[in-house]
Amino acid sequence: MDDKKRNEAYNKYVKAKIPKTRAWPSLFNSFLVGGIICCLGQGINDLILLWFPSLAEQTAWGYTLIVLIFIASFLTGIGVYDKIGKFAGGGSIVPITGFSNSITSPAIEFKHEGIIYGICVKMFTIAGPVIVVGIVSSIVVGIIYLFI
Amino acid sequence: MSKSQTIIFKHKPVIIGSYSIVGPKEGKGNFGPYFNYVMKDDSFGEDSYEKAEKKMLESAIVGAIEDAKLKPKDIQLILAGDLLNQIISSSYAARNFSVSFLGLFGACSTMAESLAIGSTFIDSQHFEKVVCCTGSHFSTAERQFRFPLELGNQRPPTSQWTVTGAGATVLATRGEGPRIEMATFGKVIDYGVNDVNDMGAAMAPAAMDTMLAHFRDTGRTPDDYDLIVTGDLGKLGSEILIDLMEYNGFKLGLNYNDCGQMYFTRNQNTLSGASGCGCSATVLNSFIIDKLRKGELRKVLFMPTGALMSTTAAQQGETIPGVCHAIVIESDVVSNKVKPYGKSRALVNSDKQDDSESSVNSEEEDNTKNKGKAVAKKAKPSEKSKGKKTNQVAKKKED
Repeated sequence: MDDKKRNEAYNKYVKAKIPKTRAWPSLFNSFLVGGIICCLGQGINDLILLWFPSLAEQTAWGYTLIVLIFIASFLTGIGVYDKIGKFAGGGSIVPITGFSNSITSPAIEFKHEGIIYGICVKMFTIAGPVIVVGIVSSIVVGIIYLFI
Repeated sequence: MSKSQTIIFKHKPVIIGSYSIVGPKEGKGNFGPYFNYVMKDDSFGEDSYEKAEKKMLESAIVGAIEDAKLKPKDIQLILAGDLLNQIISSSYAARNFSVSFLGLFGACSTMAESLAIGSTFIDSQHFEKVVCCTGSHFSTAERQFRFPLELGNQRPPTSQWTVTGAGATVLATRGEGPRIEMATFGKVIDYGVNDVNDMGAAMAPAAMDTMLAHFRDTGRTPDDYDLIVTGDLGKLGSEILIDLMEYNGFKLGLNYNDCGQMYFTRNQNTLSGASGCGCSATVLNSFIIDKLRKGELRKVLFMPTGALMSTTAAQQGETIPGVCHAIVIESDVVSNKVKPYGKSRALVNSDKQDDSESSVNSEEEDNTKNKGKAVAKKAKPSEKSKGKKTNQVAKKKED
């Protein structure tokens, strides 16, 4: 196959030509922002426990997550989170704030198509796979747990 | 011997009107001062970006018709296309004109496609006045091809920024203005690139194929043009095209550039450059036609490229086919002003570059100009040998 060879040669050439992203600055940015988000979460958790000493620690974790999700959604709504994301890369995607952003952003984007066909249908286009993987893996872990 | 892909028009269609409209980010780019209208915000007073894109196309068509000093009822045919599914922006924009309409899809190559088809209609004298129009919108293209705007992700360095803008051109059988000399219709070319974030590499082979076909059909070389401009190959794609053309024995020099590469300034953070139908359409209908009208450019090879992909095909593992159509626009106007590109640059700079040559008799002026052209080529390393030769010739003459 002459075409196949040509394509392989061309793709190899293109691959060599593509500008590389520098790893160290990107890693630094993402660990910096990711770390800040984690510190923020810990701070919120400590404050909740300080203000409501009667709460169980696990309940306080739940409230912390709710606060973080709200902050991320809010920042997405006012158009700040995508700028953080551009700077931080994985640093702002991996924490729960990234998950919140991935649900809020399609909801904003598709609001013109109506509440049901726009917001409700499209809301999980990006976060959907994460939820599916989460559920499937919890089923697998559950089955393993049953037999141990 | 393969069939000719090029049509040489007998009755060269005249560009009698042009109009370009762009978004605020584009207005701050390198071509900012040349655009007819820069929108204050991306939504253009509409409640969705799709409606804004439709309104942009409408305004471009109206603007071009006004520029030609005509009324919408004088137009016999509208040729338009865009990037959205079912080319809604174009057909919805055409809804408001009671004029025959042909919708086109050539992805980002639509401007050349519409001009080539429009010129063919005019050349055959079936129509007298045709409007060619295309446009794209960053926000609608992002939503259709990539992710929601507010999603916090990073773009790879090969990705390009879809231009928010629309351009329209009015072609006519008679009138004053630049003329379309010929058109080369391109083939769909696929070199097996499947990275949807690297359109430049996917489209460069199509540009190469059309360019080779054009030079083969017409017997011309890159040096015959003041400006050879591709649509939206971007920084990476245009470098690849230069390499591919060199491999095929054609040297693209200073007279070659890419609209996508030139469009934005370095600080605008668009990575590999601009893309989209609007990219080549707005550059053609502002900068290029402006320079042609003033005579600062005399012969332009305009060849936007299009990546004919859809998200569905890409997700099913298909590679990205590309297409490229070329048109040649020429102008009779002679200008004394400094000409920025290619051959013209050499003509003007010939005196400045070689003082020894300026002393040659006026009778030999034509010869000197030719020499100057070759001397100016020295800037390109690949042309060094030619430059040396002509230098030797020049020395001999002086002796």
